[in-house]
Formats: sequence, structure tokens, C-alpha cells
Amino acid sequence: MRSADDWLKLLHEVPDPEIPVLNVVEMGIVRTVESNDASVEVKITPTYMGCPAMDAIADDIRAQLSPLASQEGRSLSVELVYAPAWTTDWLSDSAKAKLEAYGIAPPGKTTDKRALNGEAPTVRCPKCKSEATELISLFGSTACKAHYRCNDCAEPFDHFKCI
Amino acid sequence: MNARYEYLLRLGDDALILGQQLGLWTGHGPVLEEDIALTNIGLDQIGQARAWLTMAGRAEEQGRDEDALAFHRTPAEFRNAQLCERPNGHFGDTIVRQFLFDAYAVQLHAALAHSKDADIAAIARKSAKESAYHLRHSSAWMVRLGDGTPESNDKVQASLNVLLPFAGDLFHADAVTDTATSEGWGVNPASLRPAWEATLAETLEAAQLQRPAPAPEQTGGRQGRHTEKLSYLLAEMQVLPRTYPDAKW
Ligand SMILES: [Zn+2]
Repeated sequence: MRSADDWLKLLHEVPDPEIPVLNVVEMGIVRTVESNDASVEVKITPTYMGCPAMDAIADDIRAQLSPLASQEGRSLSVELVYAPAWTTDWLSDSAKAKLEAYGIAPPGKTTDKRALNGEAPTVRCPKCKSEATELISLFGSTACKAHYRCNDCAEPFDHFKCI
Repeated sequence: MNARYEYLLRLGDDALILGQQLGLWTGHGPVLEEDIALTNIGLDQIGQARAWLTMAGRAEEQGRDEDALAFHRTPAEFRNAQLCERPNGHFGDTIVRQFLFDAYAVQLHAALAHSKDADIAAIARKSAKESAYHLRHSSAWMVRLGDGTPESNDKVQASLNVLLPFAGDLFHADAVTDTATSEGWGVNPASLRPAWEATLAETLEAAQLQRPAPAPEQTGGRQGRHTEKLSYLLAEMQVLPRTYPDAKW
């Protein structure tokens, strides 16, 4: 019989549908996995309330786990929870490095004093690493991103919003 | 009267109607970035609406889910503030409507984050991050348009003059909110007003806009009294699920 940790490890193989370089555990979407003799229970939380990928993520998690759960005669549930509210602080340094390598400028820390004062954060261009960048729009290609431009290499790029 | 159901409907309907209207900007934004921004904000509003309406359905205990409440109620059964159903108009109209609402939502979510009801508090804490971000966007545009050209200033000033009285519903206390407040799971909407007025004053000053002279405020949305516009909006939003009640897509 697999332990809760074993089930969690299996979820490392489920990519985020919009940012496939990160898996749903690295994204902080998977909050807890609990298992007992009869069941496996996964709790997930949305990055944004209206994130349209949540249904797809729940389906992907079911597709990954349910054949194995039924082999062991256990039921599987995937439940959506809202607390604690998702924060970009849950992204590890390695997850942020993967984002940058993928071309998305990673978020800073929400405890950054500038964020608290509503000032613009320093956002580094994921292509040339210049910090001479400017905000084009607070909203980008998905709910979790803003749109920036690099003033050195002139590339437009996404910045993972810091929330 | 089921105060909890009524209160949650108000929260859900505000977000739903505003979200639906913002979605209508898809492909019509003045620039691509704003097309994306308005529809992203609309998406957040719909997400919040889903959570509130799901809770409302549970509170009602009649087996209705978010879809049943969104698609199978008549206009008079909607509890959104009339501000949310004001037409999109031009970009400035939409920005002013959004700014007035965002400035309220920031206060509402901050207050509801302390609700004695753990589910309400959880959704409020989550929504608070989104409403703060929305307000950054709408207040920045208030300043850009107000402190822009004489024409843009004239246009948003006119939008503000028309829309401000419709904010009345947002702060109107009644038996439902009295119960919500005394039982500790909701907030007295009137208590949100001072902080909202402060945000308004600060932004209008930066935007070179004048606060319109006090006028009689429009209320009634919370009791199901709506403007004509809501019927058209719902007709479009509800047509598919009403025509094919069990349709899946
Ligand atoms: Zn660059």
C-alpha cells in the first residue's frame, strides 16, 4: 500500500497545464494528500478564484492517481479549498529558477517593502537578465501574470504577479 | 427570511453581473492590453461569484448549485447592486464603474476576512488579493483619463456624475445586513463607507476630477429592484442553459 508521501510524489509528475515546466506540487496548488486504508484525499487550492485551469488540474490529478488507487481498492477524492489563500511565496527557489529559464520573470517576495508600499518591484528580464524593464500592463496572458518589456533587449515577457 | 442566503446572493450577484459585463469587452478593448486586463478582471469576478453562489446554494438548502442560481433566476430574484448592471458604455464608463466597485470590494473583503464563518473568511481573504490588484488597475486609469486630455477629463467626469449615485446600494444597511452583523459573519455595509470615501477623494484629487454634488442615491438592487438593463444582460447570459437545461459543454 502506498503512503501519503508516495501519492504526493506521483503528483510531481502532473504538470501545470498553463506553465508545464512546473508541476502542480511546485506551483503550490496541491495543499495536502491524506490516505488511509479506504481512501486517498487530495486538497487543491486555486492560484486565482477564476483560474480556468482548476477543472483541468483536478482531472489531471484524478487521471494520474485513480488507476493506482483502484488497484489498491481505495477511493480517490480531489477537493477544492480556499484557505489558506494561495501565495507566490509558496514557489520555491528552484521553481522560480525554472520559471525564469522558461521565459517568465518569477515573482519577488510578498514581504518586499516596496510591494507593501505599492511601489514597482524590480523585474529582471528572463532573456538578457537586465533590470531595465518596464510594466506594459498589470494583466498578461493568464490570470497569474503581468506583461513587461525589456528596455535593453526589447523583448516583451511575462512576469508572474506577486500575490 | 434566510439572511445568510440573501447576504451570500448579494456578494455573488455583484461579482457575477460585473464579471459578465467585463467579459463583453472581449475583442472590444481600446488596446489589446486593456482587452486582456478587463477580461482578466472579469474572470476573477466570475471565480468569486462561483464561490459565493455555491455557498448561497448551500445556505438555501434547496439543492441549488452555482449554475442553478446564475442561470435559472429571474431579474427580480437578483440581488446585485444597481451599479454593477450599469452598461459598459465607453471605456471611461467601464473604468469609473470598476473603480467605484473595486474601492468598495477592497474594504468589503478586508472586513469579511474577519468573519466568524470560516468559509466566508477564506473566500474573502483570497478575494482581497484580487480586489487590491483590480483597484491598482482601475485607480491608475482614473488618473490617466482624468489627468489626461481635456476630452478624456470631460468624459470620465461625466461618467462619474452619472455613476456615483448608483453606489448607494453598496452601503445600504437593512434587516439582512443587520442579522449578518449581529451574528458576526457579515459586515455592516455602511461601516465600509468612510474608507471608500477616502479612496475616492484621494483618487479624484490625483485625477483632477470633481466629486459631484450630493444627489439622491439609487438603491433597491438588494431587494431585487433593477434597471431595465439587467433583463437584457440576463437574457444573453442565460439563453443557452435555459434553452438546453441539461446541456454539458
Ligand atoms: Zn532583456
